[in-house]
Amino acid sequence: MVNIKINDIDLAVEENTTILQAARKLNINIPTLCHLSLHVANEKNHNSSCRICIVEVAGRRNLVPACSTYCQEGMDIKTHSLRVINARRTILELLLSDHPLECVTCDKNGVCILQNLAQKYGITDNPYKGELSKDNTEEGSIIKRNNAKCILCGACETVCSKVQTVSILGHRGRGFKTTIGPAFELSLENTPCTFCGQCVSVCPTGALTQTSSIGKVWKLLSDKTKHVVVQVAPAVRVALGELFDRPLGEVVTGKMVASLRRIGFEKVFDTDFAADVTVLEESHELLERLKEKKNLPILTSCCPGWINFIEHQFPDLVSIPSSCKSPHEMFGSLVKSYYAEKMGWDPKDIVVVSIMPCLAKKYEANRKELSQDGLKDVDYVLTTRELGKMIKEAGLNFNDLPDEDFDSPLGESSGAGVIFGSSGGVIEAALRQIQYDLTGEVKNIEFTNLHSLDGVKISEVDIAGNHLRIACASGLGNARYLLELIKSKKDHFDAIEIMACPGGCVSGGGQPFHKRKLSKTIVKARRDGLLSEDRNKSIRISSLNQQVNTLYKEYIGEIGGERAHKLLHTVFFSKEDE
Amino acid sequence: MADNQEKISANYKALDQFIEDNNYSSHDLIAVLHEAQRLFTYLPEEVQRHIAKKLSIPVSKVYGVVSFYSFFTMNKKGRFVINVCLGTACFVRGSDKILAEFEEQLGIKCGETTEDGKYTLTSLRCVGACGLAPVVQVNGKTYGNATVETVKEILAEYQEQ
Repeated sequence: MVNIKINDIDLAVEENTTILQAARKLNINIPTLCHLSLHVANEKNHNSSCRICIVEVAGRRNLVPACSTYCQEGMDIKTHSLRVINARRTILELLLSDHPLECVTCDKNGVCILQNLAQKYGITDNPYKGELSKDNTEEGSIIKRNNAKCILCGACETVCSKVQTVSILGHRGRGFKTTIGPAFELSLENTPCTFCGQCVSVCPTGALTQTSSIGKVWKLLSDKTKHVVVQVAPAVRVALGELFDRPLGEVVTGKMVASLRRIGFEKVFDTDFAADVTVLEESHELLERLKEKKNLPILTSCCPGWINFIEHQFPDLVSIPSSCKSPHEMFGSLVKSYYAEKMGWDPKDIVVVSIMPCLAKKYEANRKELSQDGLKDVDYVLTTRELGKMIKEAGLNFNDLPDEDFDSPLGESSGAGVIFGSSGGVIEAALRQIQYDLTGEVKNIEFTNLHSLDGVKISEVDIAGNHLRIACASGLGNARYLLELIKSKKDHFDAIEIMACPGGCVSGGGQPFHKRKLSKTIVKARRDGLLSEDRNKSIRISSLNQQVNTLYKEYIGEIGGERAHKLLHTVFFSKEDE
Repeated sequence: MADNQEKISANYKALDQFIEDNNYSSHDLIAVLHEAQRLFTYLPEEVQRHIAKKLSIPVSKVYGVVSFYSFFTMNKKGRFVINVCLGTACFVRGSDKILAEFEEQLGIKCGETTEDGKYTLTSLRCVGACGLAPVVQVNGKTYGNATVETVKEILAEYQEQ
């Protein structure tokens, strides 16, 4: 143990504790900007580049950064002496000297850490005025990059290279002209970027934001010739509440449905319905492959970030993911075929909007192969954050809204569809289904060892004489680890679930910003929300969803049959880098 | 053209040999880039991608290093590389004016290459020959005590080549 003193309070800490960690134990708040702890992925960005966390240590000539200075015996630390406060103010003034002061129109207005600190330290009149870095901005169709707002903290680079191991973003150039972005100044769309959006999640300023479709959706909502139908992914309902000051992880399904209806969507449906369809198709595929004992393991295909990853990084393995479309794409094609027929609507007049916790879904919706007769399965994807904005723009008092139910029939779902939003959920849903299909009952409804927040989970189950070796990975670095095992034949699995974001969709790139801390507390709370929603469902097995059965009886026919393949399955491509 | 292709593949072969001799170590990235630039005279995107693949490191990292150090260049160099020293000794004796004269005569800016691919004009900081200041080097050949007037003479030497 090391004995130190912070602001005259004695404290004993373990060795290798930073001053920042020690101060947090005493509830002393030291501001941070570049420092980033990704608790879920066990990864840190602590390059001490911003210096905002500097503190005074008695006997030391210079102020030291609290995030990367370790406590030593007898240290006497002051975290807010006049010298510290003045230095922090100067640092902020310098950071703002080349920062565009357009906060009011910035996408991160209100959630920007730099803005927040400037406010806290009362920066109202900046004596420093510098040149802005104007180059290398990119208005992509999914992610917007504005290097003038970048403070070079490197958090995006850390998450891109260390957590996701795709290493698209990196430092370029030197000195004042340093920028962060893809090599050769390419646009993200011309790189193997997976659009997982984790860089957007961790960016402290408005340098990385999403490209919004809110304007287009509002316009369509006022177009009386269109039927604008909305569907919501499972992970949205356990995070949306955070934008309206509700407790972490609270399930706000009812209020969410009510707000969507009031915004003006003609039908409010649940992606979980399509998740149930996915379970039927995917577990059917797994059973077929198990029977033939070939092309194993089957990999889940609901995560578009992960699909982008395998297409680029493991082009020789694109034949092993399940050919199922992701649930929201299945949903889109069902609305424009089955539901259109039911309602007597012309598919051309239907607009499908997906509310997703994800940025990669925006990319996915634009894939050419995900369309029927020239009509996209899904027309627009909005993130959880964008939905929050729309609710506010519509002037709705979210917290006062009544709880309402999804519309029928595409609004009904089993608990198996709900847990898709959290790492381990897709495979758990499939295991329930396989048990039911093979034995006619479900003894193990929950596979609790698949619920943990570990990046890689391996589990073995016996179902009706079949011994199955199952793995789950969340975070693309972990996905890479499993794929290398498969490629080198060092391990055998029968089924693998992969989610691009650490913890699954609950921590997706489109979820509410959380001071960039992808901490276990947040992810756990959101996951627990989904688990409780599952437990509260009267039906927890996909094939018991009556509306899904009706769909197959009335329209699709056989699971894995011809029509199912036309509407619910897709193909993946090897995209070896040029 | 065929000659050119042959030369390029010979360069790649030599580069691969160099990488192999260094046991494909990613720690030797800078040495590999030096060698690559010596062979190709510059570091185009394809060469950087090739190096990234060979060393199993992300291309963003390779580009990060290339764009960081002013020594590395992604611009193809001319057959004759004119270096004007802008080190302190040369500078106080008017090498900036010499550089300006080269720019004027060649119709390019410092760092650029003439359209015919003949000359590249660059500057450097001190070649360690301050006694000869101001110094100009062309493909390693040193011209001491240069003046604005000698610029024409230096260029004349290469006119026929």
